[in-house]
Amino acid sequence: MLFDAYDPGDFFDELFLSQGQPRPEAELLVRRVNVMSLVELQQRQKAVQNALFKLGVTFNVYSDNQGTERIFPFDVIPRIVPGHEWEWIEKGLKQRIYAINCFIHDVYNDQKILNDGVIPRHVVESAPGFLKPCMGLNPPNNIWCHITGTDLVRDKEGTWYVLEDNMRCPSGVSYVLENRRVMKNTFPHLFAAMDIAAVDDYASQLLETLLNLVPETLINPRVAVLTPGMYNSAYFEHSFLAQQIGAELVEGRDLVVSDGYLKMRTTKGLERVDVVYRRIDDDFIDPLAFRSDSLLGVPGLMEVYRAGRVAIANALGTGVADDKLIYAYVPQMIRYYLDEDQLIPNVPTYLCEDATQQAHVLDHLDQLVVKATNASGGYGMLVGPHATAEERAEFGDRIRANPRGYIAQPTLCLSRVPTLIDGSFEGCHVDLRPYILYGQDVYVNPGGLTRVALQRGSLVVNSSQGGGSKDTWVVKSIDPNAKLPIQFGGVSV
Amino acid sequence: MLSRVADSIYWLNRYVERAENVARFVDVNLNLLLDAPPGMEQQWEPLVRTTGDQALFKARYEDASAENILRFLTFDREYPNSIISCLRSARENARSVREIISSEMWEQVNSFYLMVNEAADGGLLSELHNFFPEVKMASHLFAGVMDATMAHTEGWHFGQLGRLLERADKTARILDVKYYILLPSVTDVGSPLDDLQWIALLKSASAYEMYRKCQYRITPRGVTEFLILNREFPRSIQFCLIEAERSLHQISGTSMGTWRTGSDRALGRLRSELDYLTIDEITQRGLHEFLDDLQTRLNTVGKQVFSDFFALEPASLP
Repeated sequence: MLFDAYDPGDFFDELFLSQGQPRPEAELLVRRVNVMSLVELQQRQKAVQNALFKLGVTFNVYSDNQGTERIFPFDVIPRIVPGHEWEWIEKGLKQRIYAINCFIHDVYNDQKILNDGVIPRHVVESAPGFLKPCMGLNPPNNIWCHITGTDLVRDKEGTWYVLEDNMRCPSGVSYVLENRRVMKNTFPHLFAAMDIAAVDDYASQLLETLLNLVPETLINPRVAVLTPGMYNSAYFEHSFLAQQIGAELVEGRDLVVSDGYLKMRTTKGLERVDVVYRRIDDDFIDPLAFRSDSLLGVPGLMEVYRAGRVAIANALGTGVADDKLIYAYVPQMIRYYLDEDQLIPNVPTYLCEDATQQAHVLDHLDQLVVKATNASGGYGMLVGPHATAEERAEFGDRIRANPRGYIAQPTLCLSRVPTLIDGSFEGCHVDLRPYILYGQDVYVNPGGLTRVALQRGSLVVNSSQGGGSKDTWVVKSIDPNAKLPIQFGGVSV
Repeated sequence: MLSRVADSIYWLNRYVERAENVARFVDVNLNLLLDAPPGMEQQWEPLVRTTGDQALFKARYEDASAENILRFLTFDREYPNSIISCLRSARENARSVREIISSEMWEQVNSFYLMVNEAADGGLLSELHNFFPEVKMASHLFAGVMDATMAHTEGWHFGQLGRLLERADKTARILDVKYYILLPSVTDVGSPLDDLQWIALLKSASAYEMYRKCQYRITPRGVTEFLILNREFPRSIQFCLIEAERSLHQISGTSMGTWRTGSDRALGRLRSELDYLTIDEITQRGLHEFLDDLQTRLNTVGKQVFSDFFALEPASLP
């Protein structure tokens, strides 16, 4: 009875109400795991890790100059989200995407929200992600954020919050798809007995989202995934997605602007590219329009894009909404554009550019999480309670020197999921990144990537910072009489 | 197909084949030495000369001892044509086109790379007698896996082209090793020692048994003819040229016997010349001179392939 000793403790646990008392949606899983021996579970865990390594589900680490790939650690115990809760999350995410998309279109065109004073003009204009060359752009169907991976967290009470919107190039969806594939082999009977939402249509939905960007009159449009190259930490994912949707995987050096169109160099000459799913940040995409030192982009691409001769997902300029200061204004956007109340709340955010709030932040650095407004991936942040006095002092100086560059949030006590570590279950903190596509309508892939902090007590779940992942099961309905179809060791479970 | 992708598949195959052939021509020398009478001077420097990388060797090592030369050719990570560097390059190329090649190919090149790395970390030069056969087998496995799991479309033909051009070049170099070793003592020609050396040479090209089936007696003339002009043996130069040309025409879409691109022409011309050459003409001209010229022309074919398919520039830049 592996779970008997597991104590959820004084945390919100995603699988247990209290010690020995699983949540209704997790009951079958707990029963199944309880009839397994530790050795058997560990063997399965190892088999899954091996399968992922063999499939090459790996990532590169920037600081690692060996250029070696590592497997993203994977834990066999899934995280479960009950169906009714998921419906609400899906609604909340859609609302958010609609509003943020309206906002991006607005700030690059009429700027009504700024003129009406709902968001201070300087907040947008000082955002590094706000790109002047994108003013007046009209992407197809006025959609800017085609692919989003919003980070959600839950606190000690189980309240859901949006932690950040990742509008530029959110990664991780390949892990969702591959994790699910290996999990189906690990717990086939559970998948048969439980009503777990499938995730496999992501690739088709992604392709449709991209094809939605070309006019219907264009026959045989060519879709390409633009990668910075194989030394990028998410290269596996770029290659995987290109393969799954049948697109070309291209690097900047494969592309060239010629006769007013974007073309790729093939063995049969130059061939036109109609849609680019770019996995390169805005600043790097065209050295003529943005960073002139970029070797990853394509000179002249911006001009082709402005002329509407190539579609790019996400639209250039979308990064403005990733700014953590602008994030603080999303409730206002939802009210302004949709006339609705925000469903999933933001994490309460202190704006360091405001003198009073800054003073509060500086006084409470030991309790707060401080984040650089233009960083992501767990870089450029301070987790106050876990930091040393020197680190806090250094961040205090940084905040005073550049108040616009920082926000602060309370340190949330993230919810936990039991995780197999060194032969026993430990509660580990998790977040959740669902993947959202905006094509003809908004599609939310059920579940998403559950990232787990594998270092004891750690709150940082990023893959670049030693995190791992879990499969996420959205259990649509619970059948109280559901039985596992196979007997295990003579015990019917 | 993207030019970069074609280029990577081409080089993936060239590097795997190169590693195999470095293993082969080091192996031929090890074998020759085993049979050499005691007291005969060891000949290692010719190996470096056949790679054409003497300058690189001299810059990195003080003397041309057997140990230095073996280390240079097998485990030297700084020397780009050592076995270990070839595998690293092959693997990097494979990694950049993983969504195009089959996963089995990737797995094979990856475990090949890991095997060589492990051997390098062990670092025992005395273990090399086992290491070289392993390298050859891993390369054969890779070629077999590619043949059996990747669609024989454009990308596959680029791979074939790379492998066959590399093999033609290296068979020429392996023959040249023998030339260099014999050079100081022309009087040995025809002696029993000479016979043993030719047998060792055939065995290193996995050609001994196939040679016996079509020629019986081992003569210098017979061996050189077999390794240069035989149309059926897969490591002979002419076989490689015929098959490389077939793949090239599949890629360019030009019919055999005609040419449209520079690479069609360069390769077709070389292949057809060999079609009508005899081994006597080759020896009259001098074997070494012939092989040298052949290598230069193979390089030209490689350069033409690069400019015809990989190095495309648009007519008008923005």
